[in-house]
Amino acid sequence: MTDTTTATKPDGGPAGPTRRPLSEKTPNAKRRETIDRAVSIALAAALAVAIIPLLLIVWQVLVKGFQAINLEFFTEVEPLSYRASGGGYVHGLIGTLYMVGLAALMSVPLGVITALYLVEYGKGRFAAAVRFFTDVMTGIPSIFVGLFVYALLVQPYFGFGTLMGGIALAILMLPIVVRSSEEILKLVPTELRENSYALGARHWQTVFKVVLPAALPGVATGCMLAVARAAGETAPIILTAFGARQITLALQDGTGQAALPMLIYRGASQPFPGGIERAWGGALLLIGLVLILTILARFIASKSRVTPGGIS
Amino acid sequence: MTVVDTPTSERDPVNPFKSTERGGKVDPIFRWVLRSSGVLVLAILALMVLRTTWAAWPVFASEGLDFFTGTLWSVGPSRSEVTGTYGAWPFIYGTLVSSALAIIIALPLAICTALYLTQLAPPRIARPGSYLVEMLASVPSIIFGLWGLLWFLPNVLRPVMNFLEDTLGQSFPPFSILFEGPVFGVSYFAAGVVLAIMILPIITAICREVFMLAPEGEKQAAYGLGATRWEVIRKVVLARSVPGVVGGTMLGLGRALGETVAVAMLIGASQRVGTSLLFPGDSMAAVIFNTFADGAPEAIWALFAIGVTLFFITMIVNILARLLVWRIGRITGDATV
Repeated sequence: MTDTTTATKPDGGPAGPTRRPLSEKTPNAKRRETIDRAVSIALAAALAVAIIPLLLIVWQVLVKGFQAINLEFFTEVEPLSYRASGGGYVHGLIGTLYMVGLAALMSVPLGVITALYLVEYGKGRFAAAVRFFTDVMTGIPSIFVGLFVYALLVQPYFGFGTLMGGIALAILMLPIVVRSSEEILKLVPTELRENSYALGARHWQTVFKVVLPAALPGVATGCMLAVARAAGETAPIILTAFGARQITLALQDGTGQAALPMLIYRGASQPFPGGIERAWGGALLLIGLVLILTILARFIASKSRVTPGGIS
Repeated sequence: MTVVDTPTSERDPVNPFKSTERGGKVDPIFRWVLRSSGVLVLAILALMVLRTTWAAWPVFASEGLDFFTGTLWSVGPSRSEVTGTYGAWPFIYGTLVSSALAIIIALPLAICTALYLTQLAPPRIARPGSYLVEMLASVPSIIFGLWGLLWFLPNVLRPVMNFLEDTLGQSFPPFSILFEGPVFGVSYFAAGVVLAIMILPIITAICREVFMLAPEGEKQAAYGLGATRWEVIRKVVLARSVPGVVGGTMLGLGRALGETVAVAMLIGASQRVGTSLLFPGDSMAAVIFNTFADGAPEAIWALFAIGVTLFFITMIVNILARLLVWRIGRITGDATV
């Protein structure tokens, strides 16, 4: 603030800030307003730039995917040559759903129980360690999980297969399930527990009959987001399920299981239009699967969620 | 009720009215089951570190520190011993360069987006805006790879790279080195830009949470003193958000370092250490992904060594990030998990 038109202080004390009628603007007000406006526009533009890639991706996948997808795409496996057009990804769709289902069967119970531990007994140092390392586990590179399952189970014992892929995906899902479930379980109102205790219920009864049912929609939301994440994983799958060219229903046959992301990868990395066309079709299928799961999960969360104020 | 004769200190803090009768025996079992699942989660993590390090050990032992600095990656055919030469520097370099580029592009954009969403945008823009940005986080990385390779690279990135090569590449160091031609297409630059798009929602989500914690009273006080919106953002919101933003950036960095398939498709699988961003290279995750299927046992140990190195780098970044972010509370939201 400049004080060119200073009002002199009657008592001759140190010069304070200038007294100026409130209706009058500071000399640099115009510059400040200009900067403010420029910044506002720049920040809004940043949001636009951040959203453009999503729109471009969805647009391209929709346009090119619909050109490739037809009924055959859901009923036939890929032709043996990437040059050939036609055929479909039914083996990949089955493989992905199979492995993701197995992964959910393994990771959801363990994840929810661990989350219960953190909420019910999560005061001590050990619980703090569990909480911290599950958070850190969300950042493990997915390819590293694939390497781990390969070294522990695939290479010495079982060979490639559905179960191995499922285990790798389960490890990736686990921290997501734990984190999201814990956040929801924490929100179950204390009054609800107290009411249950007042009726004479024990701790475990309260947990199974009151806390879990109240938090169920939220827990389901977290699990669905984890499933959506797992369905799109490519890197760990190639080290554990490897791939297959036919429909594989065996739980673990030592030879391999197909998955959508892997088929997309292999089709897209060949320079042949047939394979690339199928890859776009597969991308549409995969993005549809993931986005439907994500939107459904958020819908469940928004409709019936344990909120800090109570249960709605 | 046994409340009266139980000293307060001995009561279960969760259930102060817990009975000591026979049916209560289930509770200790219940507690034990819950606790052991926590043990199991930590055990899986520990087993992961031990098993992979063990598998990689022959290569670490035979290469020593040269593994991290050597530039020659020459795979041997052996099934029982280490006969090739394994220098992983080209891959470590590629991972670091592409991730750094991703952060340089994504961080300013994420901060600006988060500031707009939390401070300026009216609710009718802020809600769908946040929603769309979070949707970007749920797009699988293979889709980024496919779209990046087949659409974004030829239609957007290649013209941009040609432009950079013609302008900055013809200017003066360091730009003439960083943007030296010829333009190959697949490159550190292409991988870095697509990585930037992929980590943008993570950093944005955390910045949003951090900016929302700026105390409303202080903001109102600043407005009351006549500050403009930008001055409030700069002096109140940004001033106290530094640790959170740094933590969020590191979480994004951790994701970028470990990202596999999109990078594998865009970085070019070249073992040369390219000084120019427009040259093809390779990253740690990408080389594991690309060469795993056709490796001799010896080569697979070497890939394990790369995997373990990658794991420790990302873990250090992640642990530091979590420690920073945890100071402001745990961040929820699906972009961050």
